Parts: sequence; structure tokens; C-alpha cells
Amino acid sequence: MSESLNSPGYEIPDELQGTVAITTLDRIYNWGRRNSIWPMMFGLACCAIEMICTAASRYDLARFGMEVMRPSPRQTDLMIVSGTVTKKMVPQIVRLYNQMAEPRYVLAMGACASGGGPFKEGYNVVSGIDKYIPVDVYVPGCPPTPQALLHGLIKLQEKIDQQSLKEVPWYKKAPSEPIPVPVLGPDIMDPRDYEKIKQFTLQPVTPVQEEELSA
Amino acid sequence: MTEQTLTPTLNLEERFGDWVTPDTRKGYEGYLVAPEHLIDCAAALRDEFGYDYLASLTAVDYLPDGKMEVVYHVSQSTGGAPLVFKVQVPREDPVTVPSLVSVYPGAEFQEREAWDLMGIRFEGHPDLRRILMWEGFEGHPLRKDWKEAYYEEDTKPFKSRWPAGQVHRVEDTLPFGKNVKYPQGFDPEKWTPVEEEALYASLKRVPADEDLPTEQLIVNLGPQHPSTHGVFRMAVTLDGETIVDLKPVMGYLHRNHEKIGERNTYLMNIPFTDRLDYLSSLSNNFGYVLAVEKLMGIKPPERAEYIRVIMAELTRIQNHLFAIGMFLNDLGAFFTPSLYAIEERELILDTFEAVTGSRMMCNYMRFGGVARDFPPGQLERVRDLAFNRLPAIVDEFDAYLTNNEIVRARCEGVGVLTPEQAIAYSTCGPVLRASGVPYDLRRADPYSIYDRFDFDVAVRYHGDVYDRYLVRMDEIRQSIRILQQAVEQIPEGPVIEGKQQYQVRVPAGEAYGRVEGPKGELGFYVVSNGKPNPWRYHVRAPSFINLTALAEMCKGNKIADAVIILGSIDIVLGETDR
Repeated sequence: MSESLNSPGYEIPDELQGTVAITTLDRIYNWGRRNSIWPMMFGLACCAIEMICTAASRYDLARFGMEVMRPSPRQTDLMIVSGTVTKKMVPQIVRLYNQMAEPRYVLAMGACASGGGPFKEGYNVVSGIDKYIPVDVYVPGCPPTPQALLHGLIKLQEKIDQQSLKEVPWYKKAPSEPIPVPVLGPDIMDPRDYEKIKQFTLQPVTPVQEEELSA
Repeated sequence: MTEQTLTPTLNLEERFGDWVTPDTRKGYEGYLVAPEHLIDCAAALRDEFGYDYLASLTAVDYLPDGKMEVVYHVSQSTGGAPLVFKVQVPREDPVTVPSLVSVYPGAEFQEREAWDLMGIRFEGHPDLRRILMWEGFEGHPLRKDWKEAYYEEDTKPFKSRWPAGQVHRVEDTLPFGKNVKYPQGFDPEKWTPVEEEALYASLKRVPADEDLPTEQLIVNLGPQHPSTHGVFRMAVTLDGETIVDLKPVMGYLHRNHEKIGERNTYLMNIPFTDRLDYLSSLSNNFGYVLAVEKLMGIKPPERAEYIRVIMAELTRIQNHLFAIGMFLNDLGAFFTPSLYAIEERELILDTFEAVTGSRMMCNYMRFGGVARDFPPGQLERVRDLAFNRLPAIVDEFDAYLTNNEIVRARCEGVGVLTPEQAIAYSTCGPVLRASGVPYDLRRADPYSIYDRFDFDVAVRYHGDVYDRYLVRMDEIRQSIRILQQAVEQIPEGPVIEGKQQYQVRVPAGEAYGRVEGPKGELGFYVVSNGKPNPWRYHVRAPSFINLTALAEMCKGNKIADAVIILGSIDIVLGETDR
């Protein structure tokens, strides 16, 4: 840590080496954040078991300052979407995401959360959580091993390192817009898609569509 | 144990006359019961023939014949092979069948599932709502003429992938680019969701007391709640802190295992079964291959049988260790006991990884054997675990937990289920055996080579949370005993016979294969029509059916105890919701 913190481009006199550290605000801020990411205690499916194993003694998330899992979204920085996202569960996930305080990150753990995985074709399965909320890191695997999850978390730390106070969205004047919560209708409906749905369901069927439907 | 003496094949017709007819379709067994006599017939089976345990209830859509069939597997709680009976009704809406909840209360959730996925209306059911999907969902997805948004073909391998080889993405061909479809004429802005009202209306109210009026409170636990072992929800009516009524709400992890399974070829389903009860994937493999082997009429070689037993028992041990660790979490001993449990589990997972290639999703068993033999050194490792490490660790758990004052004070007398209730609600596994019913399929209806081993059926008699914990501890000990015998007796030889093929030939017919999984009776009901894909593929999930008794266990207890009662059932949502 000292190596990266202590090289802001200013020369420290020899007699003050080891006493004084000069750094940039971005670096010290990110250094603090990257080493105390609190994940949400939130398991969806098989991947949650590997997430628990990652937090347990053998793989030990505490080495990265991430062992503090909080069940309340208000106290968390990171949502690990660990498992298959179903249509029935998506409204709750979006609501949880909206409740998280910024800065917040999302890690899609495993094939299902990233893109539907083996269950993609299922009628109740969402093809990846990124259809609804923004994802920062994707971890492949079914389920990813604890090592793979750790790798993904290190990647997230690298991403945090790159961020700058000047640019991050969460210090803008207004709070960011919450993501509209999907509604369970005859199928899952994203309020952002209502116009598109209506175009499709309320317009008279064109011959081209009819051909597609019957095909 | 001879199956003939326990299955009264002849007596049924004598007793019931023209109410029943033997099912004479090729490859099928059991009886067809006339719908109007179903309840009487089931009641007589229960009271006169001793078939008091409804093992499985499911429906099959015989689209070409224009029929819907409801299939019941009933067992005697004293043991023996299951008896199958079926009801056939014309496939014209509304499809109605009399509900069996009055005879077997354990049918409640299974009938709701059949209504949800197959659209069979069970007349007389006390609370017939959708269970896995939500109220308002369009259609009944397991019907053969219902097609999902990503539908390509009826069966795999899809022509777009094989043999042509190019892969296109289905969502690119859809108007929304997503896994959704809407009926014509539907207006999303005029839609009002109905799910929650139906749920709250089904909850019992607090009885009015004139002397001390209390305010009724409805609390939702979950689906995001640290105690629910995943995405499970309980809607609870409270009188003060006391639970008046409770309704489990599930389906938050319903990932369409059965629909996908009916599109898959037989072999493709094995990795999917891993993901049912993801803590014990090898037991799931075991149940599925047994069902298909029954249809195909093949047996694995000796060595493979032993390997299967070794793997299944290791699975049971690590599942129970994890269950106990997580149960202590629920009790409030936050994460310290489970760290110990997970440490031991990792040792077993290392063996799984060395043998099967994966820690959790083993995909190891095949029809007629197992995928590969133990690599050098692994059998010795299992031997070391079975003789040295695991017995010591169970003693350690025992010393710290079993007589721990807080554990006993929290657990004893909480969530009691009487033996009669346990059987009536079709509970299975440790929940059933903690209520004093010594029903373990490894003894009651032995499969594979379990009849060769010397072990006791773990059973306890109080039916409370504490006894469920004790049964799991006992079962770990018994599994270690089986392991010790198996690693000593395992013969040399092949682990699978013949050349391995991607497509297996499965003759037409039906089969119900069941194993005693760590959670209880895990059954696979497979119907084949001779094609490369199963016509019907149903999983009798122990976690799902055990939840039928949850409300009964929780009523009258405090809300804080609902958490440990749920923990003591040991559910895994992948299996509950499938």
C-alpha cells in the first residue's frame, strides 16, 4: 500500500521519509473504500453456497476487508448477485439495489446472474441481471470457485482504484434516479418497456408479424 | 423383503370392483381410478391397506391422447415399494380432479403445484393458488402446448446448434430482446397485480377475544432475509408475538427444471439435477440415474455401486454438517459453529473435486455406472476421513453443541410435529424420523446395495427442533459406518460397462426412482415415449414437501422460533422451487 500511496509526484526529503506521506485525495479515498467493501448478505442459489465458503476460514474474505456481510441494503456497498435471477425475484432485487446507498457496486456471480446460464431458456428466468441493473464485474463459472470469486472481487478493487472524486456520479447535485421496479403481469414487465410492449400487443398484427408468429 | 407381499396387486380389484382398472399400457404399472371414486378409494387405501403416506403427486399431460393424468405414489410408512394409482380426465378446460387434501394433507402443496404448472383444478382444495409462479401469470407452463419465449423446438439438440453447428441467440429474434412474451391486446398500464391480496386473504385471522382485544399484525419474512436459507418468504399473522397462521411463499428460485428437463435428452439432465439440491448434488444424480436405469432395465457394475454409495454418504455427511452449522446461525451463534462445519465440508469437497472434477456440481453418475473411477490415492483419503477425521469431528460437535444449555433451551419442545401429523403431511427425511417414524428408504425400500450394509435408522421421538438436530448428528454417525464398510468391501472392476453414448435408448413406459437424500425422499418420476427425450420428468423434492408441515409446526410458537423451525427442516431453495 505504501508504495502506491506515497508516490504522488512530490519528493519527500530524506529526513522525513517514513514520517510524512504525501498522497492525493483520490488515492487515499479509494484506498479506504477498496479495503472495506461490505457485501450484502444476499444469496440467491447455488453460487451463494460458494460465496459462503469464500467468506469462511479457508478462503477468508476478511483478508480484503470484505467479511462484514450486512443483511440490510442500507449498510452495504456491494451486491453479489449469487445465483439464478428469476422473474419472480427481480422486483425485489431492483428494490434492494435502489435501497443501497451510493457508492454501490454489483457483481454478477456465475453464469446465471451474468446471462441466464444453463437455465436461460426457462420461462421464469431472467437472462442476466444486467437486463435490469448495471453490473460492475462479471464472474464466470457454474458456480465460480471461491478463487474465481476472489479474483472478481480483486477486479472490483482495481475498478475502484480507477475512480476519481471529480467524476463519480454519486457526488452530483441531485441523487441518482432509482431504477423502476419491474411489475409481475402476464409476464415480467419493465416499466421502461411499456411503450414497446404496447406497440407490440395493441397494434393490429401485420402480415409480417403473423408470419413470424406462425413460424 | 419381497415386493410382492407388500404390493397387493390382486386385492385392489377385489376390494374396489369397477372403481379401479389395472393400467395396461406397456411399461406402465398401477391402477387407473375413476375420478368420482378417487377420494373413497384413497381413503380405503389409507385405512384398510396401510398406504398412509403420500409419497408423490404429479400430473402428466398426454397431449396426443387428449388426456390429463394425475399420478399418485403412495407408500406404507412401515416400508415397502410404492403403489401407483392414476386418474385420467379429458384435456378440456376446466380440467378438474377431486382434491385429496382431506385424505392426505401432504397433497396440499403438490396439488397447488399441479394447478400452477399444469392447470388442473383440484375441487375441494382449501387454498388453490399458484405456488411457484405468481397469480396473474399467463398460462400453465408445463402443458405440452405451452411455449416459452425462448422456444426453439420441442426437443434438443436444437437444429440451430447441432449438427449445423452455428449458434444464434434466441433473444435476437424476439421483439423485446428479452425472455418475455405478452398476450395480444394486453395493456401494461391497465394491469393491477393480484398476487398479494390473494395471499393475505388466505391467512387466518386472529380470533376476536372480547376481554383482551389484540391487534392483528401481518409480518413478511423474506425473500431477502438472512434466516430464510435463500429466497424464501413466510407471511405470518401474529397475535402479539405468537404465530396464528403462516403461509410459505416460494417460487423465487423457480428455474423451470421440469420444463427444461422435458426438452433435454436423458443424459443432458444429469448436470441439471446437480443444481436441484445444490448442497448434495451426488444424491440427486443417484435418484435420477436410478429412475432411468429402471426404465432401461440395466444395472451398474459392482464397483460402481460401491462408488455411488460412498459418494452418496459423503454427500449426506457434508450436507448435514452444513445444515447443522447454518442451523446454529439461525439460533444466533452467528457463524462460529458454521465455520467449523464448513472446514470439514471442504475436506469432503476436495474429494469430490478430485474424483468428479467439481466441488459442488459433480455431474458424476451415468446410466449404468459412474463417469470415471477414483483417481489414485483418493480411496485412501476417503478411508482416512471415514476412520479418523470425521468420527473425531462429530464427537467435537457433540461435545460443544448437544448439551449446550442455550441450544437446549431454544430447541426443546419447539416446533413439535407428532408422528401422525408427520406422516399425514408427507414429511420425509430427518423431519419424519425426528417425529418417531423410523422410515428411511435405505431400509424401507432398499435400492442399490444398501441391503448389504450394517447400519441403524436414526430415529428420535419428541418431534421437536432439538430432535431434528439430534437425528442429523446420528445420521452422520451412521453414514460414517456405511462409509467404513464400503471402503473396506469395494471390489476392483469396471465402473461402467459398454461404450458411452450421448443418446441412450429408453423404452416407453414410466418409472419412479427414489433415494433417501440428505433432505428426505428424493423421487424422480420419468415418463418415456421411446424418444430421446423424456415426455414427463418430475422431481419429488423433499424440501418442498416438508414445507407443507411448516405452518403446523409454527402455529402457537413465537415469531423468533419460526426462524429455527425453518432452519431445522433444512430446506434448499434450488430443490424447493426447482
